[in-house]
Amino acid sequence: MKRVYVNEKWCLGCHLCEYNCAFANSGLSDMPLALKGKPIYPRIHVEGNEKISYAVSCRHCEDPICVKSCIAGALSKDGDVIKIDKNKCVGCLTCVLVCPYGALAPNENGVMQKCELCLQNSVGQPACVKGCPNKAIVYEERGEKA
Amino acid sequence: MKQYVIVGNGVAAAGCIEGIRSVDKKGKITVVSEEKHEVYCRPLISYYLEGKTDLSRMSYRDGDFYEKAGCRVIYGQKAVKILEKSKEITLDDGSALAYSALCLATGSSPFVPPFEGIDSVKNKFSFMTLDDALALEKALNKKSRVLIVGAGLIGLKCAEGIRDRVASVTVCDLADRVLSSILDADCAGMVQKHLENNGIKFYLGDSAARFEKNKAFMKSGAVVEFDVLVLAVGVRANVALLKDAGGKIDRGIIVDTAMKTSKANIFAAGDCAQGFDLSTNQNRVLAILPNAYMQGFTAGVNMAGGKALFDKGIPMNSIGFFGLHIMSAGAYEGEIYEERTENSIKKLFTKDNHLKGFILVGCGERAGIYTSLIREKTPLSSLNFDILKKTATTAAFSEKIRRKKFGSVV
Repeated sequence: MKRVYVNEKWCLGCHLCEYNCAFANSGLSDMPLALKGKPIYPRIHVEGNEKISYAVSCRHCEDPICVKSCIAGALSKDGDVIKIDKNKCVGCLTCVLVCPYGALAPNENGVMQKCELCLQNSVGQPACVKGCPNKAIVYEERGEKA
Repeated sequence: MKQYVIVGNGVAAAGCIEGIRSVDKKGKITVVSEEKHEVYCRPLISYYLEGKTDLSRMSYRDGDFYEKAGCRVIYGQKAVKILEKSKEITLDDGSALAYSALCLATGSSPFVPPFEGIDSVKNKFSFMTLDDALALEKALNKKSRVLIVGAGLIGLKCAEGIRDRVASVTVCDLADRVLSSILDADCAGMVQKHLENNGIKFYLGDSAARFEKNKAFMKSGAVVEFDVLVLAVGVRANVALLKDAGGKIDRGIIVDTAMKTSKANIFAAGDCAQGFDLSTNQNRVLAILPNAYMQGFTAGVNMAGGKALFDKGIPMNSIGFFGLHIMSAGAYEGEIYEERTENSIKKLFTKDNHLKGFILVGCGERAGIYTSLIREKTPLSSLNFDILKKTATTAAFSEKIRRKKFGSVV
Protein backbone atom coordinates (compact mmCIF):
# COMPACT_ATOMS: atom_id res chain seq x y z
CA MET A 1 0.00 0.00 0.00
CA LYS A 2 0.95 3.63 -0.28
CA ARG A 3 2.38 4.93 2.97
CA VAL A 4 3.90 8.12 4.29
CA TYR A 5 7.69 7.82 4.55
CA VAL A 6 10.24 10.28 5.82
CA ASN A 7 13.84 10.72 4.75
CA GLU A 8 15.60 11.74 7.94
CA LYS A 9 18.57 13.06 5.98
CA TRP A 10 16.32 15.62 4.37
CA CYS A 11 14.06 16.46 7.29
CA LEU A 12 14.88 19.94 8.57
CA GLY A 13 12.93 19.49 11.79
CA CYS A 14 10.87 22.57 10.91
CA HIS A 15 7.61 21.06 12.28
CA LEU A 16 5.65 22.49 9.34
CA CYS A 17 4.12 19.03 8.78
CA GLU A 18 2.57 19.26 12.24
CA TYR A 19 0.91 22.56 11.38
CA ASN A 20 -0.23 21.37 7.97
CA CYS A 21 -1.69 18.25 9.60
CA ALA A 22 -3.54 20.20 12.26
CA PHE A 23 -4.87 22.62 9.66
CA ALA A 24 -5.94 19.90 7.21
CA ASN A 25 -7.92 18.22 9.97
CA SER A 26 -9.37 21.40 11.44
CA GLY A 27 -12.22 21.53 8.95
CA LEU A 28 -11.51 25.26 8.51
CA SER A 29 -10.41 26.98 5.33
CA ASP A 30 -8.30 29.69 6.91
CA MET A 31 -4.98 28.62 8.44
CA PRO A 32 -4.45 31.52 10.86
CA LEU A 33 -8.02 31.20 12.05
CA ALA A 34 -7.55 27.47 12.59
CA LEU A 35 -4.18 27.55 14.31
CA LYS A 36 -3.07 30.99 15.48
CA GLY A 37 -2.52 31.25 19.19
CA LYS A 38 -3.89 27.78 19.89
CA PRO A 39 -2.20 24.61 21.02
CA ILE A 40 -2.18 22.20 18.08
CA TYR A 41 -2.92 18.50 18.11
CA PRO A 42 -1.36 17.10 14.94
CA ARG A 43 -1.41 13.43 13.94
CA ILE A 44 2.23 13.58 12.91
CA HIS A 45 5.06 14.67 15.14
CA VAL A 46 8.73 15.40 14.66
CA GLU A 47 11.17 13.37 16.69
CA GLY A 48 14.92 13.17 16.68
CA ASN A 49 18.11 13.90 18.52
CA GLU A 50 20.87 16.45 18.11
CA LYS A 51 21.91 14.83 14.82
CA ILE A 52 18.75 13.88 13.00
CA SER A 53 15.08 14.63 12.88
CA TYR A 54 12.15 12.91 11.25
CA ALA A 55 8.38 12.92 11.43
CA VAL A 56 6.34 9.99 12.73
CA SER A 57 2.77 9.17 11.81
CA CYS A 58 0.69 5.98 11.72
CA ARG A 59 2.36 3.19 9.73
CA HIS A 60 -0.98 1.60 8.85
CA CYS A 61 0.39 -1.79 9.91
CA GLU A 62 -0.76 -4.90 8.09
CA ASP A 63 -1.27 -6.56 11.45
CA PRO A 64 -2.32 -3.59 13.59
CA ILE A 65 -2.00 -4.25 17.31
CA CYS A 66 -3.93 -1.04 18.07
CA VAL A 67 -7.01 -2.39 16.29
CA LYS A 68 -6.74 -5.71 18.09
CA SER A 69 -6.31 -3.99 21.45
CA CYS A 70 -8.98 -1.30 21.23
CA ILE A 71 -11.41 -1.88 24.10
CA ALA A 72 -14.12 0.19 22.43
CA GLY A 73 -14.08 -1.36 18.96
CA ALA A 74 -13.29 2.16 17.74
CA LEU A 75 -10.21 1.32 15.68
CA SER A 76 -10.68 -0.66 12.50
CA LYS A 77 -8.98 -1.54 9.29
CA ASP A 78 -10.78 -0.21 6.24
CA GLY A 79 -8.97 -1.66 3.26
CA ASP A 80 -5.36 -0.72 3.98
CA VAL A 81 -6.13 2.28 6.17
CA ILE A 82 -6.41 2.14 9.95
CA LYS A 83 -9.28 4.36 10.99
CA ILE A 84 -10.71 5.55 14.26
CA ASP A 85 -14.36 6.09 15.03
CA LYS A 86 -14.10 9.04 17.40
CA ASN A 87 -17.70 8.60 18.35
CA LYS A 88 -16.91 5.20 19.89
CA CYS A 89 -13.53 6.05 21.45
CA VAL A 90 -13.67 6.51 25.23
CA GLY A 91 -10.09 7.75 25.58
CA CYS A 92 -8.72 4.77 27.52
CA LEU A 93 -5.35 5.14 25.74
CA THR A 94 -4.85 1.39 25.26
CA CYS A 95 -3.77 2.15 21.68
CA VAL A 96 -1.06 4.45 23.06
CA LEU A 97 0.04 1.61 25.34
CA VAL A 98 0.52 -0.77 22.41
CA CYS A 99 1.56 1.24 19.34
CA PRO A 100 5.27 0.46 18.83
CA TYR A 101 5.76 3.68 16.87
CA GLY A 102 4.18 6.07 19.35
CA ALA A 103 1.94 7.24 16.53
CA LEU A 104 -1.26 7.92 18.44
CA ALA A 105 -2.12 10.77 20.76
CA PRO A 106 -5.34 12.23 22.06
CA ASN A 107 -6.87 15.49 20.83
CA GLU A 108 -7.81 18.41 23.06
CA ASN A 109 -10.89 16.52 24.28
CA GLY A 110 -9.05 13.36 25.27
CA VAL A 111 -10.37 11.47 22.25
CA MET A 112 -7.77 9.60 20.26
CA GLN A 113 -6.84 10.71 16.81
CA LYS A 114 -4.47 9.31 14.27
CA CYS A 115 -3.27 9.78 10.72
CA GLU A 116 -5.88 8.65 8.22
CA LEU A 117 -3.77 9.87 5.29
CA CYS A 118 -6.04 12.91 4.80
CA LEU A 119 -8.28 10.68 2.69
CA GLN A 120 -11.34 11.84 4.61
CA ASN A 121 -10.64 15.56 4.82
CA SER A 122 -10.76 18.26 2.16
CA VAL A 123 -7.08 17.85 1.25
CA GLY A 124 -7.64 14.33 -0.07
CA GLN A 125 -3.92 13.47 0.09
CA PRO A 126 -1.47 13.64 3.00
CA ALA A 127 -1.10 17.34 3.83
CA CYS A 128 2.23 16.68 5.57
CA VAL A 129 3.65 15.41 2.26
CA LYS A 130 2.16 18.19 0.18
CA GLY A 131 3.51 20.90 2.44
CA CYS A 132 6.98 19.55 3.27
CA PRO A 133 9.37 22.29 2.09
CA ASN A 134 12.30 19.93 1.60
CA LYS A 135 10.34 17.01 0.13
CA ALA A 136 11.53 14.89 3.05
CA ILE A 137 8.08 13.37 3.49
CA VAL A 138 6.78 11.25 0.64
CA TYR A 139 3.65 9.21 0.02
CA GLU A 140 4.46 6.17 -2.05
CA GLU A 141 4.25 2.45 -2.58
CA ARG A 142 7.29 0.57 -1.36
CA GLY A 143 5.95 -2.91 -1.02
CA GLU A 144 7.37 -3.29 2.50
CA LYS A 145 5.55 -4.96 5.29
CA ALA A 146 4.87 -2.91 8.35
CA MET B 1 -17.48 -28.70 5.61
CA LYS B 2 -16.09 -27.90 9.00
CA GLN B 3 -18.38 -27.10 11.89
CA TYR B 4 -17.05 -24.58 14.36
CA VAL B 5 -18.66 -24.06 17.73
CA ILE B 6 -17.71 -21.16 19.98
CA VAL B 7 -18.96 -21.09 23.56
CA GLY B 8 -19.17 -17.49 24.70
CA ASN B 9 -19.88 -14.32 22.80
CA GLY B 10 -17.38 -11.79 24.08
CA VAL B 11 -14.33 -10.28 22.46
CA ALA B 12 -12.42 -13.59 22.39
CA ALA B 13 -15.32 -15.09 20.45
CA ALA B 14 -15.33 -12.17 18.01
CA GLY B 15 -11.60 -12.68 17.51
CA CYS B 16 -12.19 -16.38 16.99
CA ILE B 17 -14.84 -15.72 14.33
CA GLU B 18 -12.52 -13.34 12.50
CA GLY B 19 -9.64 -15.80 12.85
CA ILE B 20 -11.68 -18.64 11.36
CA ARG B 21 -12.89 -16.47 8.51
CA SER B 22 -9.35 -15.36 7.68
CA VAL B 23 -8.73 -18.98 6.67
CA ASP B 24 -12.08 -20.66 5.99
CA LYS B 25 -14.83 -18.61 4.37
CA LYS B 26 -17.36 -21.42 4.21
CA GLY B 27 -17.34 -23.55 7.35
CA LYS B 28 -20.36 -23.35 9.61
CA ILE B 29 -19.87 -21.24 12.74
CA THR B 30 -22.23 -21.46 15.71
CA VAL B 31 -21.84 -19.23 18.76
CA VAL B 32 -23.48 -20.14 22.06
CA SER B 33 -24.19 -16.88 23.90
CA GLU B 34 -25.47 -17.07 27.43
CA GLU B 35 -25.84 -13.29 27.47
CA LYS B 36 -28.67 -12.03 25.31
CA HIS B 37 -26.51 -9.37 23.69
CA GLU B 38 -24.45 -9.13 20.55
CA VAL B 39 -20.76 -8.83 21.28
CA TYR B 40 -20.19 -5.62 23.20
CA CYS B 41 -17.24 -3.87 24.79
CA ARG B 42 -17.32 -5.26 28.29
CA PRO B 43 -14.80 -2.78 29.76
CA LEU B 44 -17.11 0.05 28.72
CA ILE B 45 -19.83 -0.70 31.27
CA SER B 46 -18.35 1.89 33.64
CA TYR B 47 -18.16 4.44 30.81
CA TYR B 48 -21.81 3.71 30.14
CA LEU B 49 -22.77 4.61 33.71
CA GLU B 50 -20.56 7.66 33.49
CA GLY B 51 -22.42 8.78 30.36
CA LYS B 52 -19.34 8.58 28.13
CA THR B 53 -20.89 6.03 25.82
CA ASP B 54 -24.29 4.47 25.21
CA LEU B 55 -25.66 1.09 24.33
CA SER B 56 -25.41 1.51 20.56
CA ARG B 57 -21.82 2.76 20.67
CA MET B 58 -20.81 -0.04 23.03
CA SER B 59 -21.24 -2.67 20.34
CA TYR B 60 -17.85 -4.17 19.51
CA ARG B 61 -18.65 -4.74 15.87
CA ASP B 62 -21.13 -3.43 13.31
CA GLY B 63 -24.72 -4.63 13.43
CA ASP B 64 -24.24 -6.97 10.46
CA PHE B 65 -21.15 -8.61 11.96
CA TYR B 66 -22.58 -12.10 12.46
CA GLU B 67 -24.49 -12.03 9.21
CA LYS B 68 -21.43 -10.98 7.23
CA ALA B 69 -19.37 -13.67 8.94
CA GLY B 70 -22.03 -16.27 8.15
CA CYS B 71 -22.41 -17.04 11.80
CA ARG B 72 -25.35 -18.38 13.76
CA VAL B 73 -25.74 -17.18 17.35
CA ILE B 74 -27.81 -19.03 19.90
CA TYR B 75 -28.77 -16.50 22.57
CA GLY B 76 -29.80 -17.15 26.15
CA GLN B 77 -28.53 -20.70 26.32
CA LYS B 78 -25.74 -22.23 28.28
CA ALA B 79 -23.39 -24.96 27.14
CA VAL B 80 -23.48 -27.64 29.82
CA LYS B 81 -21.35 -30.55 28.69
CA ILE B 82 -18.70 -31.57 26.22
CA LEU B 83 -19.23 -35.03 24.76
CA GLU B 84 -15.68 -35.68 23.72
CA LYS B 85 -16.18 -38.96 21.91
CA SER B 86 -19.04 -37.85 19.70
CA LYS B 87 -17.53 -34.36 19.36
CA GLU B 88 -20.67 -32.66 20.54
CA ILE B 89 -21.60 -30.06 23.05
CA THR B 90 -24.93 -30.11 24.84
CA LEU B 91 -26.93 -27.04 25.77
CA ASP B 92 -29.23 -26.50 28.73
CA ASP B 93 -32.32 -27.05 26.60
CA GLY B 94 -31.07 -30.57 26.00
CA SER B 95 -30.06 -30.02 22.38
CA ALA B 96 -26.62 -30.89 21.08
CA LEU B 97 -24.25 -29.21 18.64
CA ALA B 98 -21.69 -31.20 16.69
CA TYR B 99 -18.27 -29.66 16.25
CA SER B 100 -15.17 -30.36 14.29
CA ALA B 101 -13.40 -27.69 16.29
CA LEU B 102 -14.59 -26.13 19.53
CA CYS B 103 -13.46 -22.88 21.14
CA LEU B 104 -14.17 -22.18 24.77
CA ALA B 105 -14.42 -18.42 25.20
CA THR B 106 -16.40 -18.63 28.40
CA GLY B 107 -14.76 -15.71 30.21
CA SER B 108 -14.81 -15.38 33.96
CA SER B 109 -17.35 -14.90 36.71
CA PRO B 110 -17.31 -12.70 39.77
CA PHE B 111 -16.03 -14.43 42.85
CA VAL B 112 -18.04 -13.67 45.96
CA PRO B 113 -16.43 -14.71 49.23
CA PRO B 114 -18.80 -16.18 51.79
CA PHE B 115 -19.38 -12.97 53.75
CA GLU B 116 -21.45 -13.48 56.84
CA GLY B 117 -24.89 -11.96 56.47
CA ILE B 118 -24.48 -11.20 52.75
CA ASP B 119 -27.92 -12.67 52.08
CA SER B 120 -29.51 -9.95 54.22
CA VAL B 121 -28.27 -7.28 51.79
CA LYS B 122 -31.05 -6.45 49.37
CA ASN B 123 -29.34 -4.16 46.86
CA LYS B 124 -26.17 -6.02 45.88
CA PHE B 125 -24.58 -6.22 42.48
CA SER B 126 -21.64 -7.59 40.56
CA PHE B 127 -19.97 -5.45 37.94
CA MET B 128 -18.93 -7.70 35.07
CA THR B 129 -21.61 -7.66 32.41
CA LEU B 130 -23.84 -5.19 30.66
CA ASP B 131 -26.82 -6.64 32.49
CA ASP B 132 -24.99 -6.05 35.79
CA ALA B 133 -24.47 -2.40 34.83
CA LEU B 134 -28.10 -1.97 33.75
CA ALA B 135 -29.35 -3.51 36.98
CA LEU B 136 -27.01 -1.34 39.07
CA GLU B 137 -28.12 1.75 37.14
CA LYS B 138 -31.73 1.12 38.13
CA ALA B 139 -30.80 0.92 41.81
CA LEU B 140 -28.86 4.19 41.88
CA ASN B 141 -30.15 7.64 42.64
CA LYS B 142 -28.76 10.94 43.90
CA LYS B 143 -29.24 9.83 47.48
CA SER B 144 -27.52 6.46 47.17
CA ARG B 145 -24.62 5.69 49.43
CA VAL B 146 -22.62 3.05 47.60
CA LEU B 147 -20.12 0.64 49.11
CA ILE B 148 -17.83 -1.14 46.68
CA VAL B 149 -15.95 -4.17 47.96
CA GLY B 150 -12.74 -4.40 45.94
CA ALA B 151 -10.30 -1.65 44.98
CA GLY B 152 -9.11 -3.38 41.83
CA LEU B 153 -9.65 -2.38 38.22
CA ILE B 154 -13.33 -3.34 38.20
CA GLY B 155 -14.23 -1.80 41.57
CA LEU B 156 -12.48 1.49 40.90
CA LYS B 157 -13.81 1.89 37.35
CA CYS B 158 -17.25 1.31 38.83
CA ALA B 159 -16.55 4.00 41.46
CA GLU B 160 -15.58 6.48 38.77
CA GLY B 161 -18.55 5.57 36.61
CA ILE B 162 -21.17 6.13 39.29
CA ARG B 163 -19.72 8.98 41.37
CA ASP B 164 -21.76 11.73 39.73
CA ARG B 165 -24.98 9.75 39.99
CA VAL B 166 -24.90 9.06 43.73
CA ALA B 167 -24.43 10.70 47.13
CA SER B 168 -21.26 8.88 48.12
CA VAL B 169 -18.91 6.13 47.03
CA THR B 170 -16.86 4.18 49.54
CA VAL B 171 -14.40 1.47 48.49
CA CYS B 172 -12.90 -1.16 50.76
CA ASP B 173 -10.28 -3.79 50.06
CA LEU B 174 -8.38 -6.32 52.07
CA ALA B 175 -5.22 -5.19 50.29
CA ASP B 176 -3.49 -2.18 51.81
CA ARG B 177 -3.47 -0.29 48.52
CA VAL B 178 -5.57 0.38 45.44
CA LEU B 179 -5.01 -1.57 42.21
CA SER B 180 -2.75 -4.01 44.01
CA SER B 181 -2.56 -6.25 40.94
CA ILE B 182 -0.89 -3.59 38.79
CA LEU B 183 0.64 -0.96 41.10
CA ASP B 184 3.31 -0.91 43.76
CA ALA B 185 2.59 0.88 47.04
CA ASP B 186 4.26 4.08 45.91
CA CYS B 187 2.23 4.50 42.70
CA ALA B 188 -0.91 3.25 44.39
CA GLY B 189 -0.53 6.03 46.95
CA MET B 190 -0.58 8.69 44.25
CA VAL B 191 -3.60 7.14 42.55
CA GLN B 192 -5.47 6.76 45.83
CA LYS B 193 -4.87 10.41 46.70
CA HIS B 194 -6.20 11.44 43.31
CA LEU B 195 -9.30 9.29 43.79
CA GLU B 196 -9.82 10.75 47.26
CA ASN B 197 -9.52 14.26 45.84
CA ASN B 198 -12.32 13.25 43.53
CA GLY B 199 -14.61 12.22 46.33
CA ILE B 200 -13.99 8.48 46.70
CA LYS B 201 -13.62 7.28 50.28
CA PHE B 202 -11.46 4.30 51.17
CA TYR B 203 -11.13 1.58 53.77
CA LEU B 204 -7.95 -0.24 52.80
CA GLY B 205 -6.30 -3.12 54.58
CA ASP B 206 -9.77 -3.70 55.85
CA SER B 207 -12.79 -5.62 54.72
CA ALA B 208 -16.29 -6.44 55.73
CA ALA B 209 -16.38 -9.03 58.49
CA ARG B 210 -20.15 -9.27 58.18
CA PHE B 211 -23.15 -7.56 56.69
CA GLU B 212 -26.46 -6.75 58.27
CA LYS B 213 -28.97 -5.39 55.78
CA ASN B 214 -27.63 -1.88 55.04
CA LYS B 215 -24.58 -2.04 57.25
CA ALA B 216 -21.10 -3.43 56.74
CA PHE B 217 -19.23 -4.24 59.94
CA MET B 218 -15.59 -3.90 59.05
CA LYS B 219 -12.77 -5.98 60.50
CA SER B 220 -11.28 -2.77 61.90
CA GLY B 221 -14.44 -2.13 63.89
CA ALA B 222 -15.72 0.59 61.59
CA VAL B 223 -19.33 0.44 60.47
CA VAL B 224 -20.20 1.53 56.94
CA GLU B 225 -23.80 2.25 56.11
CA PHE B 226 -24.83 1.92 52.50
CA ASP B 227 -27.84 1.73 50.22
CA VAL B 228 -26.19 -0.15 47.38
CA LEU B 229 -23.44 -2.75 47.59
CA VAL B 230 -21.16 -3.62 44.66
CA LEU B 231 -19.09 -6.78 44.98
CA ALA B 232 -15.91 -6.55 42.92
CA VAL B 233 -13.62 -8.77 44.93
CA GLY B 234 -12.24 -10.76 42.06
CA VAL B 235 -13.06 -13.11 39.24
CA ARG B 236 -12.64 -16.79 38.51
CA ALA B 237 -12.11 -18.24 35.07
CA ASN B 238 -15.06 -20.28 33.82
CA VAL B 239 -13.41 -23.64 33.38
CA ALA B 240 -16.17 -26.10 34.24
CA LEU B 241 -16.84 -27.40 30.72
CA LEU B 242 -13.30 -28.53 30.14
CA LYS B 243 -12.73 -29.56 33.74
CA ASP B 244 -15.73 -31.90 33.60
CA ALA B 245 -14.36 -33.32 30.35
CA GLY B 246 -11.11 -34.15 32.15
CA GLY B 247 -9.04 -31.42 30.51
CA LYS B 248 -6.03 -29.75 32.06
CA ILE B 249 -7.00 -26.90 34.36
CA ASP B 250 -5.10 -24.66 36.72
CA ARG B 251 -6.40 -21.15 37.47
CA GLY B 252 -7.73 -21.19 33.95
CA ILE B 253 -7.90 -23.60 31.06
CA ILE B 254 -4.33 -24.48 30.18
CA VAL B 255 -3.55 -23.64 26.56
CA ASP B 256 -0.42 -23.71 24.43
CA THR B 257 0.60 -20.82 22.17
CA ALA B 258 -1.70 -22.17 19.43
CA MET B 259 -4.52 -21.87 22.00
CA LYS B 260 -5.03 -25.62 22.05
CA THR B 261 -6.23 -27.16 25.29
CA SER B 262 -5.13 -30.58 26.48
CA LYS B 263 -8.11 -32.08 24.63
CA ALA B 264 -8.11 -32.74 20.89
CA ASN B 265 -10.02 -30.25 18.72
CA ILE B 266 -10.78 -28.05 21.72
CA PHE B 267 -9.32 -24.58 21.99
CA ALA B 268 -9.73 -21.85 24.59
CA ALA B 269 -9.24 -18.10 24.50
CA GLY B 270 -9.76 -15.00 26.60
CA ASP B 271 -10.34 -14.65 30.32
CA CYS B 272 -11.03 -18.38 30.78
CA ALA B 273 -7.66 -19.37 29.33
CA GLN B 274 -4.30 -19.66 31.03
CA GLY B 275 -1.81 -18.98 28.28
CA PHE B 276 1.82 -18.07 27.91
CA ASP B 277 2.99 -14.85 29.53
CA LEU B 278 6.19 -13.76 27.84
CA SER B 279 7.11 -11.40 30.66
CA THR B 280 7.36 -14.17 33.24
CA ASN B 281 7.86 -17.21 30.97
CA GLN B 282 4.92 -18.86 32.68
CA ASN B 283 1.36 -19.71 31.87
CA ARG B 284 -0.96 -17.17 33.45
CA VAL B 285 -4.51 -15.97 33.08
CA LEU B 286 -4.07 -12.62 31.36
CA ALA B 287 -7.60 -11.33 31.64
CA ILE B 288 -7.34 -8.24 29.48
CA LEU B 289 -9.21 -7.37 26.33
CA PRO B 290 -6.29 -7.18 23.86
CA ASN B 291 -5.17 -10.68 24.80
CA ALA B 292 -8.74 -11.96 24.54
CA TYR B 293 -8.98 -10.75 20.97
CA MET B 294 -5.54 -11.98 19.97
CA GLN B 295 -5.99 -15.36 21.63
CA GLY B 296 -9.41 -15.71 20.02
CA PHE B 297 -8.04 -14.84 16.60
CA THR B 298 -5.15 -17.28 17.03
CA ALA B 299 -7.54 -20.04 18.10
CA GLY B 300 -9.75 -19.33 15.10
CA VAL B 301 -6.92 -19.54 12.60
CA ASN B 302 -5.74 -22.85 14.04
CA MET B 303 -9.27 -24.27 14.27
CA ALA B 304 -9.64 -23.60 10.56
CA GLY B 305 -6.42 -25.41 9.74
CA GLY B 306 -4.17 -22.37 9.46
CA LYS B 307 -1.07 -21.75 11.51
CA ALA B 308 -0.86 -19.03 14.12
CA LEU B 309 0.85 -18.64 17.47
CA PHE B 310 0.16 -16.18 20.25
CA ASP B 311 3.45 -16.10 22.09
CA LYS B 312 3.68 -12.42 22.89
CA GLY B 313 1.05 -12.08 25.56
CA ILE B 314 2.00 -9.92 28.52
CA PRO B 315 -0.02 -8.33 31.27
CA MET B 316 -0.66 -4.70 30.31
CA ASN B 317 -3.20 -2.11 31.29
CA SER B 318 -4.13 1.40 30.34
CA ILE B 319 -6.69 2.79 32.71
CA GLY B 320 -7.68 6.26 33.79
CA PHE B 321 -9.58 7.70 36.73
CA PHE B 322 -10.91 11.26 36.75
CA GLY B 323 -8.28 12.38 34.27
CA LEU B 324 -5.27 10.58 35.75
CA HIS B 325 -4.02 7.84 33.44
CA ILE B 326 -2.10 4.80 34.49
CA MET B 327 -0.25 2.48 32.16
CA SER B 328 1.51 -0.67 33.18
CA ALA B 329 3.01 -3.69 31.48
CA GLY B 330 5.16 -6.74 32.03
CA ALA B 331 6.86 -7.90 35.20
CA TYR B 332 8.13 -5.64 37.96
CA GLU B 333 11.54 -7.17 38.52
CA GLY B 334 15.11 -6.03 38.29
CA GLU B 335 16.59 -2.58 38.55
CA ILE B 336 14.26 0.38 38.72
CA TYR B 337 14.70 3.60 36.79
CA GLU B 338 12.48 6.20 38.37
CA GLU B 339 11.33 9.72 37.56
CA ARG B 340 8.69 11.63 39.42
CA THR B 341 6.96 14.96 39.54
CA GLU B 342 4.15 16.11 41.77
CA ASN B 343 1.60 14.51 39.47
CA SER B 344 3.46 11.69 37.78
CA ILE B 345 5.60 8.65 38.46
CA LYS B 346 7.56 6.69 35.89
CA LYS B 347 9.13 3.37 36.82
CA LEU B 348 10.99 1.22 34.32
CA PHE B 349 12.13 -2.23 35.42
CA THR B 350 15.22 -3.61 33.68
CA LYS B 351 16.99 -6.90 34.09
CA ASP B 352 19.62 -8.79 32.11
CA ASN B 353 19.81 -6.18 29.35
CA HIS B 354 16.03 -6.15 28.84
CA LEU B 355 13.11 -3.97 29.78
CA LYS B 356 10.91 -6.27 31.85
CA GLY B 357 8.07 -3.99 32.82
CA PHE B 358 6.92 -0.48 33.63
CA ILE B 359 4.45 1.61 35.58
CA LEU B 360 3.58 5.05 34.24
CA VAL B 361 1.25 7.20 36.28
CA GLY B 362 0.32 10.43 34.53
CA CYS B 363 3.09 10.14 31.92
CA GLY B 364 2.10 7.57 29.31
CA GLU B 365 2.99 9.42 26.12
CA ARG B 366 4.14 6.96 23.42
CA ALA B 367 4.27 4.18 26.01
CA GLY B 368 3.83 1.63 23.22
CA ILE B 369 7.50 2.09 22.40
CA TYR B 370 8.31 0.70 25.86
CA THR B 371 5.70 -2.03 25.54
CA SER B 372 7.21 -3.15 22.24
CA LEU B 373 10.63 -3.54 23.89
CA ILE B 374 9.09 -6.00 26.35
CA ARG B 375 7.10 -7.87 23.71
CA GLU B 376 10.00 -8.02 21.26
CA LYS B 377 12.57 -8.76 23.99
CA THR B 378 14.80 -6.07 22.51
CA PRO B 379 18.33 -6.07 24.01
CA LEU B 380 18.80 -2.68 25.61
CA SER B 381 22.41 -2.64 24.41
CA SER B 382 21.06 -2.31 20.86
CA LEU B 383 19.69 1.17 21.60
CA ASN B 384 20.43 4.29 23.59
CA PHE B 385 18.69 3.54 26.85
CA ASP B 386 19.87 6.78 28.46
CA ILE B 387 17.68 8.64 25.99
CA LEU B 388 14.89 6.11 25.97
CA LYS B 389 14.45 5.91 29.73
CA LYS B 390 13.77 9.64 29.82
CA THR B 391 11.58 9.84 26.74
CA ALA B 392 9.78 7.12 24.83
CA THR B 393 11.14 7.89 21.38
CA THR B 394 12.23 5.88 18.38
CA ALA B 395 15.17 8.30 18.15
CA ALA B 396 16.80 6.10 20.79
CA PHE B 397 17.04 3.21 18.33
CA SER B 398 20.06 2.74 16.11
CA GLU B 399 19.73 4.15 12.61
CA LYS B 400 19.60 0.65 11.16
CA ILE B 401 16.74 -0.49 13.39
CA ARG B 402 14.90 2.78 12.92
CA ARG B 403 15.15 2.49 9.13
CA LYS B 404 13.76 -1.00 9.30
CA LYS B 405 10.91 0.08 11.56
CA PHE B 406 9.88 2.94 9.37
CA GLY B 407 10.21 1.30 5.98
CA SER B 408 13.89 1.66 5.08
CA VAL B 409 14.12 5.39 4.67
CA VAL B 410 14.14 7.26 7.93
